[in-house]
Amino acid sequence: MDSLATVIVAMLAGSLRVSTPFLFVSLGECLTEKSGRINLGNEGALVLGAMVAYATSYETGSPWCGVLAAAFAGLLLGGLHGAICSMTRINDVAMGIAFMLAGTGIAFFFGKPYVQPSAPLLPGIPFGFWLESPRFANALMVSPLFILGVAAAFALHWFFRTTRMGLRIRIVGDSQDAALALGLPINRTRLLATGCGSALAGIGGAFLSLCYPGSWNEGLSSGQGLMAVALVVFARWNPINCVYASLLFGAAGALGPSLQTVGFTWGYYLFYAAPYVVTLVVLIITAKGGQSLRGMPGQLSIGR
Amino acid sequence: MNDATMHAIGVEAIGIGKRFGAFNALSDVSMKVHPATVHGLLGENGAGKSTLVKCLLGYYRADEGSLLVDDKEVTIERPADADALGLGMVYQHFTLVPSMTVAENLVMARRNVPGVIDWRSELAQLEDFMRGMPFKVPLTVEAGSLAAGERQKTEIVKQLYLQRRFLVLDEPTSVLTPQEADEMLGLVRDLAHSGQLTIVIITHKLKEVAKFVDEVTVLRRGKFAGAGLVRSLGPTDLTAMMIGEPHAPADPERLGAPVNEVRLEVRDLRTANDGGRAGLSVDHLTVNAHEIVGIAGVSGNGQKDLLEVLGGQQPMQSGTIAVDGTPYGATRAESQALHVRVLPEEPLRNGCVPGMSVVDNLALRSFDRGETKTPRRWLDRAGMAARARSMIQAYGIRAPSAEVPIGVLSGGNVQRCVLARELDGVVRLLIVANPCFGLDVKAVAETRARIMAARNAGTAVLLISEDLDEIMELSDRIVVMHGGKVVHEMPAAGADPQEIGKHMLGHG
Ligand SMILES: Nc1ncnc2c1ncn2[C@@H]1O[C@H](COP(=O)(O)OP(=O)(O)OP(=O)(O)O)[C@@H](O)[C@H]1O
Ligand SMILES: [Mg+2]
Repeated sequence: MDSLATVIVAMLAGSLRVSTPFLFVSLGECLTEKSGRINLGNEGALVLGAMVAYATSYETGSPWCGVLAAAFAGLLLGGLHGAICSMTRINDVAMGIAFMLAGTGIAFFFGKPYVQPSAPLLPGIPFGFWLESPRFANALMVSPLFILGVAAAFALHWFFRTTRMGLRIRIVGDSQDAALALGLPINRTRLLATGCGSALAGIGGAFLSLCYPGSWNEGLSSGQGLMAVALVVFARWNPINCVYASLLFGAAGALGPSLQTVGFTWGYYLFYAAPYVVTLVVLIITAKGGQSLRGMPGQLSIGR
Repeated sequence: MNDATMHAIGVEAIGIGKRFGAFNALSDVSMKVHPATVHGLLGENGAGKSTLVKCLLGYYRADEGSLLVDDKEVTIERPADADALGLGMVYQHFTLVPSMTVAENLVMARRNVPGVIDWRSELAQLEDFMRGMPFKVPLTVEAGSLAAGERQKTEIVKQLYLQRRFLVLDEPTSVLTPQEADEMLGLVRDLAHSGQLTIVIITHKLKEVAKFVDEVTVLRRGKFAGAGLVRSLGPTDLTAMMIGEPHAPADPERLGAPVNEVRLEVRDLRTANDGGRAGLSVDHLTVNAHEIVGIAGVSGNGQKDLLEVLGGQQPMQSGTIAVDGTPYGATRAESQALHVRVLPEEPLRNGCVPGMSVVDNLALRSFDRGETKTPRRWLDRAGMAARARSMIQAYGIRAPSAEVPIGVLSGGNVQRCVLARELDGVVRLLIVANPCFGLDVKAVAETRARIMAARNAGTAVLLISEDLDEIMELSDRIVVMHGGKVVHEMPAAGADPQEIGKHMLGHG
């Protein structure tokens, strides 16, 4: 009985932790896709963000500076993607793969000196301070970035519905004809959405390196940046749904480690694959035949 | 905007020339539109009507000529320039954003949208504005889920909301029911005559011209062909100006009676609901050889789904479709073996590859088969070009050349291309949807004659159309659809349009 409680607590804590990078990258991807482009380069922005955040935190001693620097690195990488895709006859998916490789490559190259040293990390917020058992209290240490992510999701939802910029992004993403007829600057809008999307992905990266357990190494990301694309499909391009979808993916990701805490090691690698299995299942379910994908921006190159 | 600026403006185009490559779409065309009038712009398919108004609106840049707005020379290089002058247009294709609600579409079309939108007050204002409109469009529904007619109304409402003082309507009534069209045109005419708005309307319907238009300009093959007051011009004069001959061709002749041989049989057909719209539920439908069965119905009552299922664009959930007694699943092999052909609606989207040449598109049905129906592995380009040439000849298709992408042809010419391709060779079952949508007077007569000729030669024809006159004229038997179901069936001879109308609305 006790071990079941342990697993559940570990799952809960784990899913909050694992879901945070998913949340940021998927919000970023959602923003970009709403403007009619796909940016697979967000995986690169995630890894680069992790490296830059860790390095900045180490050099300046302030983890929050690290988070800002990560967002800025993402902004640059995404902005470059957006700028290059503004040229005619450039495919955003192919360009995204190039940026994914470039982003991780740059991060590994400049990140070498930061594998060893330990940088100051972002402190967690102890929501479990009233609990006696340190194990449970520990599980309720929530990263401030998770809260920031949830707030960002609601802000984005509001942004898409009630601001001029948000609606313009939706127009550009959904109907090029309408955007042209309204005289909207299509490429500039997409550039902005891609840049800001990657900045969010960069913050997701900062979480990977600056929150518990916190370190920088080359195996830090396990493809969250790519899985975010599936997650956005599952969330139907709705930022609030991105929160739920990230939590689901987070729970799947936390399954293996939680079972391990009670000494259940059978099928260890199998459980580690859970998020990928969830991705597959999600894509198959959402692509159920014959019906149109509701909510998909009309100008996405995969849907046209 | 205050009331002082709300007056209709006059526009004059002088000596406009526009080339697409080596092709002269317009040469030395002039049009004078007086303020506060309804001006008709007429001409055959491909005459250059859409091109001319797109030059006015900054969508294209004219190569030659000048524009006067309220007698002052202006340069319009971008749609935004036209917008700033108060010129607006409802395009032949729609420019609503499908995933946004009607209210969002309306507000975002405005020039001065606030950075943060207060939806409560905007919605209240919109509802106020909507009360003054002759037709209602739901404000909180996504534009993409509206039927074509509703979308068209929204486009017009949007222009009125933007307080345009000069408005171009490019074939605005082609997707409206006759009542809706009358109502809409009556409204815009009254707005014009009250001095608030100037209207240019592009149409092929001479009845509408006679009833709602004050003055006309007629184009023929990219050149100015005449202009004048409608009061002093009769339909014959207009037809003569448009096509260069005084008379439109006569109605097609029906030869022989339907044969009692079932070509198409549909039983218990069901399709899935999509996004809250009910699917098809057709219990029994047959088409005999030598017969035209017309399907009447208000747009959005399942006709499109039926067409998509029969054309292989949508799967069915259950039921059977048989052609000549053989089960039919609309695959390419089956349609070739059983000689089933389809003329879909919006043929550019549903029946063509817009980026491929006219030659390639005309060969889509046959490029992979030899003369003897054997599979062909190497394309016979010379043969394809020769067949395309003969089709272009026979159907009078007007294109800059047979090698241009079919997407640049005018709407009517795309329609002719698809008709030519689908009627080529042996045809045992022909399924057509809104075949005369957007065609000029002459082309309408021609197309109907070809469909009738196919029927007279023994083809079974299923005609899906939103134009009740067309159904009454062509059909041997009429079937009415409502809510995805067949609700009524009757012989066409002696059918009463009033009664059909009642069934179309679901009271029968
Ligand atoms: N972008 C383009 N490139 C090349 N040719 C074009 C282009 N747009 C139009 N054309 C050609 O210019 C001619 C005039 O076309 P336009 O669309 O103005 O005709 P229209 O009078 O509006 O006809 P319809 O009644 O069929 O709509 C057509 O022959 C068409 O093929
Ligand atoms: Mg036209």
